[in-house]
Amino acid sequence: MLGLNKKDTSLLLVVAALTLLAPFILNPFPEGSAMAQFNAGYPDLMQRFVIFGIFAIGFNILFGLTGYLSFGHAAFLGVGSYSAVWIFKLFTYNVLPAIALSVVVAGLFSLLIGFVSLRRSGIYFSILTLAFAQMSFALAYSVLSNPRFNLTNGETGLQVYADDPQWFHRDGLPDLPHLFGLSMRSTYRLDLGAWSFDFNAGYYLCAVVLMVVFYLAIRIFRSPFGMMLRAVKSNQQRMNYTGLNSRPYTLAAFVISGMYAGLAGGLMAAMDPLAGAERMQWTASGEVVLMTILGGTGTLIGPVLGAGFIKYFENIFSKINDNVLHGWFAFLPDGMEDFVVAIIHPFIGKGWHLTLGLLFMLVVIFLPGGLVEGGQRLRNWVRGKPKTENTSGKTEPAE
Amino acid sequence: MSNNDVTRRRVLKTGAVAGAGLALPTIFTAQSVRAFTNEPTGSSVKLGFNVPQTNAYADEGADELRAYELAVEHLNGGGDGGMMNTFSSKALKGNGILGKKVEFVTGDTQTKSDAARASAKSMIEKDGAVMITGGSSSGVAIAVQGLCQDAGVIFMAGLTHSNDTTGKDKKANGFRHFFNTEMSGSALAPILEANYGKDRRAYHLTADYTWGWSQENSIRNYTEALGWETVNAVKTPLATTDFSSYIAPVLNSGADVLVLNHYGGNMVNSLTNAVQFGLRDKQVEGRNFEIIVPLYSRLMARGAGENVKGIFGSTNWHWSLSDAGSQAFVKSFGEKYGFPPSQAAHTCYVQTLLYADAVERAGTFNPCGVAEALEGFDFDGLGNGPTLYRAEDHQCFKDVLVVKGKENPTSEFDLLEIVEVTPRAQVEYAVDHPDFAGGDLGQCNPGA
Amino acid sequence: MDAILLQILNGLDKGSAYALIALGLTLIFGTLGVVNFAHGALFMIGAFCAVTLQRVLNLSFVTIDEAQKDFLGNPLKVKTPYVEAWFGPETGAAIIDWAVPLAILFTIPLMLAVGYVMERGLIKHFYKRPHADQILVTFGLAIVLQEVVKAFYGANPIQTPPPDVLQGSLDLGVMVGFDPNAIIYPIWRLIYFAFSVLIIGGVFAFLQFTTFGMVVRAGMADRETVGLLGINIDRRFTIMFGIAAAVAGLAGVMYGPLNPPNYHMGMDFLVLSFVVVVVGGMGSLPGAVLAGFLLGILESFASTTWATTTIPGINQIIIYLVAIIVLLTRPRGLMGRKGVMED
Repeated sequence: MLGLNKKDTSLLLVVAALTLLAPFILNPFPEGSAMAQFNAGYPDLMQRFVIFGIFAIGFNILFGLTGYLSFGHAAFLGVGSYSAVWIFKLFTYNVLPAIALSVVVAGLFSLLIGFVSLRRSGIYFSILTLAFAQMSFALAYSVLSNPRFNLTNGETGLQVYADDPQWFHRDGLPDLPHLFGLSMRSTYRLDLGAWSFDFNAGYYLCAVVLMVVFYLAIRIFRSPFGMMLRAVKSNQQRMNYTGLNSRPYTLAAFVISGMYAGLAGGLMAAMDPLAGAERMQWTASGEVVLMTILGGTGTLIGPVLGAGFIKYFENIFSKINDNVLHGWFAFLPDGMEDFVVAIIHPFIGKGWHLTLGLLFMLVVIFLPGGLVEGGQRLRNWVRGKPKTENTSGKTEPAE
Repeated sequence: MSNNDVTRRRVLKTGAVAGAGLALPTIFTAQSVRAFTNEPTGSSVKLGFNVPQTNAYADEGADELRAYELAVEHLNGGGDGGMMNTFSSKALKGNGILGKKVEFVTGDTQTKSDAARASAKSMIEKDGAVMITGGSSSGVAIAVQGLCQDAGVIFMAGLTHSNDTTGKDKKANGFRHFFNTEMSGSALAPILEANYGKDRRAYHLTADYTWGWSQENSIRNYTEALGWETVNAVKTPLATTDFSSYIAPVLNSGADVLVLNHYGGNMVNSLTNAVQFGLRDKQVEGRNFEIIVPLYSRLMARGAGENVKGIFGSTNWHWSLSDAGSQAFVKSFGEKYGFPPSQAAHTCYVQTLLYADAVERAGTFNPCGVAEALEGFDFDGLGNGPTLYRAEDHQCFKDVLVVKGKENPTSEFDLLEIVEVTPRAQVEYAVDHPDFAGGDLGQCNPGA
Repeated sequence: MDAILLQILNGLDKGSAYALIALGLTLIFGTLGVVNFAHGALFMIGAFCAVTLQRVLNLSFVTIDEAQKDFLGNPLKVKTPYVEAWFGPETGAAIIDWAVPLAILFTIPLMLAVGYVMERGLIKHFYKRPHADQILVTFGLAIVLQEVVKAFYGANPIQTPPPDVLQGSLDLGVMVGFDPNAIIYPIWRLIYFAFSVLIIGGVFAFLQFTTFGMVVRAGMADRETVGLLGINIDRRFTIMFGIAAAVAGLAGVMYGPLNPPNYHMGMDFLVLSFVVVVVGGMGSLPGAVLAGFLLGILESFASTTWATTTIPGINQIIIYLVAIIVLLTRPRGLMGRKGVMED
């Protein structure tokens, strides 16, 4: 189907099913139950899963295929967000032109940075991209938000004000990002017994985009172009000796992944019309690297899983506080309850960084191939197959 | 590719349907059965406490959270009632809010606009919070305030000192109890004049982002009106950790006052560096060189240690205030946690009470009703003397404290001493003050 | 002229910290081939050694003073450190005053141990893994270490002042014939610079003039051959890891008096020191030191009013701008070797 082989088609279908049914899958616990804390099926987080999934898929096209480790991809996401918000400010709240422009601008920006940075390889390339991104962040945070020339609105973040022109905005259209009148915030809530599920217009827009770009990523992975990129990773020198200039290929990969990042940034602004400079900081660039490695570098689905993993911790674990813990363990005798809460306390709420750090270490120590390898091992174990045999049809590493 | 076409056509179709039936979308919204966003229907009501729990302001956030927990306890009738006993409005009965038990959810802003908005959204979308409060920086406050306006919930700002929060970025659903850079300037100026005279030469070091500029601007306006000369104003990157290369040029600039428009870690380091370079012991033309830190916080003063001694600044509130409200709050906070509350804790506690009281007086959780009850609200007994929530910009007007680092602290909390309580009349400014221009409060948004 | 000299001093001072961290990073990278993202955390732990010692020395017993009141109106609890009770108020106070220099004494063995444990317990298993995995695991470790410190000491900075006699500043200008007050520089900053020169010199001398150092250098050049000669190179590299950790820890403990330590100071330095290492050239020890001082000086000059008015925002981006220029003109940094970390 769609020019994919059977394996890839089924992978695409699985991803489609997962994203479309996410409101059900992510809300397994009845509302009001103690476990509802772990529900992730509310619009904002679902949008984030998908948006960062797109970001990581794009990053993986560069890093997973060519092995070029960019430490500055957040800059493209940030630039995408800024362009989208500028469209909102100047023209219209309709998200399509905003998203389109964010992809284009991020593409151009990545062409510029990629052209310079790809003159070097290895860690020298990483530091060049880091340097560009940090410069973008620093400038966006302060210099480009000075009163005379306010491009980014600095610390506060670029947002839409009532006195912005919005030339194509008409009365009757929502005063929020919308798709031809359908507000990105509109949510239909389905109550089924004790459960409730949110179906959010913005989420489904992101989900559709995710499926499209995931399909594109599969096509890239399976194309001769993708093969060429893998060749760059395994031995660039040998390729160069055969008289082939690999630079156009790596640059194309860099720009494509930059456009994915811009798309993610545009979607982020479309879901929530504010663009802050922190999106471009090195920690944000580092986050997408972590997502990709954590999920499984060079695999198709890995980056999406890694993105979900990190965003889940950031949004769910940081919200568990001692009160919630006491609620969970109320059935224990008083002394025991306090003891258990005291044990768990350092790892939740303000300690979610600690938990995340520990999990990074555990995953990378025990699952060198990331979460995808974990999934494979689990599957092999369920099927009772020996550990060494790699029979996964779902994914394959780049090398 | 064929699937692209399909997508586009489907999208167009969706658009057409949505465009044709604009009356329809009520069924698309979660709140269709409710009168406003997250209308509490059960026996309890949920508030969202969104404070920094990681990154540089985690300690402020932790103190804010303590204050919120205390406020919830008091609202639900627990503890000694704290400031509820001294509050001039007697609408709160200690039986929750409108008879509903107060519950809360917490989140981590990470002092990043994006993370703060994500956290606030999860409180609104997932937990059904009807009010969001907290934060320890202006960027976050403004970002979350905008979100709450769009979502149709009330935002009671925590620590935010930038003029923009109730200036350029003011919102009908957002309320600020904390003071701002303009008030810092007008409160500090007379004290500076009385202590340092009218012909000083000031050198500014300013954190290079919105708040820093705002602070520098206010202090310059007021000190230049006194007759001070501004020798130089240097912007320092927010990420700076070592200020030696910014401090060194001060030595031979001819300036005799250094103004540090810094907050948090920036302030601790720049002040430490300034003292290292001997600025506090320096003489310029027979006069002592002076350092000023316009915005003080006790937690940060603690980080700066001995270096704060004798240095002037302003603060929103301090635990050593002797009015009944402050005393009551310090007592219940101190007895529960063992140390006095910070100004961030005070603001957060007061904001929670003010919200609850406004709901009681309005008789509804509807943000529009609450906003109306808060607008133009005159009250007393929550520290800082008689206070007004101005209707036009949702800024609180109250006494501002001028403090200085204490020479002989008796404990690790006793770091600042109150030099003067600047009366409210002196720090009031017109609604159309140029530093606050350009904003639009808009209409209150109940979300449904 | 005096302004320029002052900024050079500032630059050397900033550069000292960069150079020390970059030196340690390069030692680890050059010997073990591991990219250690936890190196900033080691620097931070060093600084918190001083905080810890200060806390330990300030352990106090409580007496109740009825004459004074605390903030709740109860009688004030006066704390007297045990040290002051045991050694008398003056000697005790002097010991507490010298907490930072004393901390150096126990930072060295502690950091050697930390480095040893880290290498044997964790890093060892990552030699054959891709650099990306090394980055992920050490980054995770860095987060864990800093969160543990935060859990104990909070997020706000904590003062670790230098001893009283070393506070204040020296008028260097007068000594070399300038006007009084022309070049005044804090004593501890001068000490920090001298200290870092000493450490850097020490590390180079150790590598250059001892048999152990010779073997390590040989191992850095060709690990396999040295191994074939029957030398236990792994063991020596483990010790080098410990030394690198100790260098980072010393850089941290001495840095405390300059700027009060907080739990994320390591992360603040991490990215900068990587830039320094790469600008210096991966795997080159002199390169790391040179780049550290160079970037420190350039950063200082970029923050002068003259520079910021000429190019607005230059102080925000100088380090990165220099990194880009250096890497584009010199493919392997200032003194990098060919083929290191290029693929």
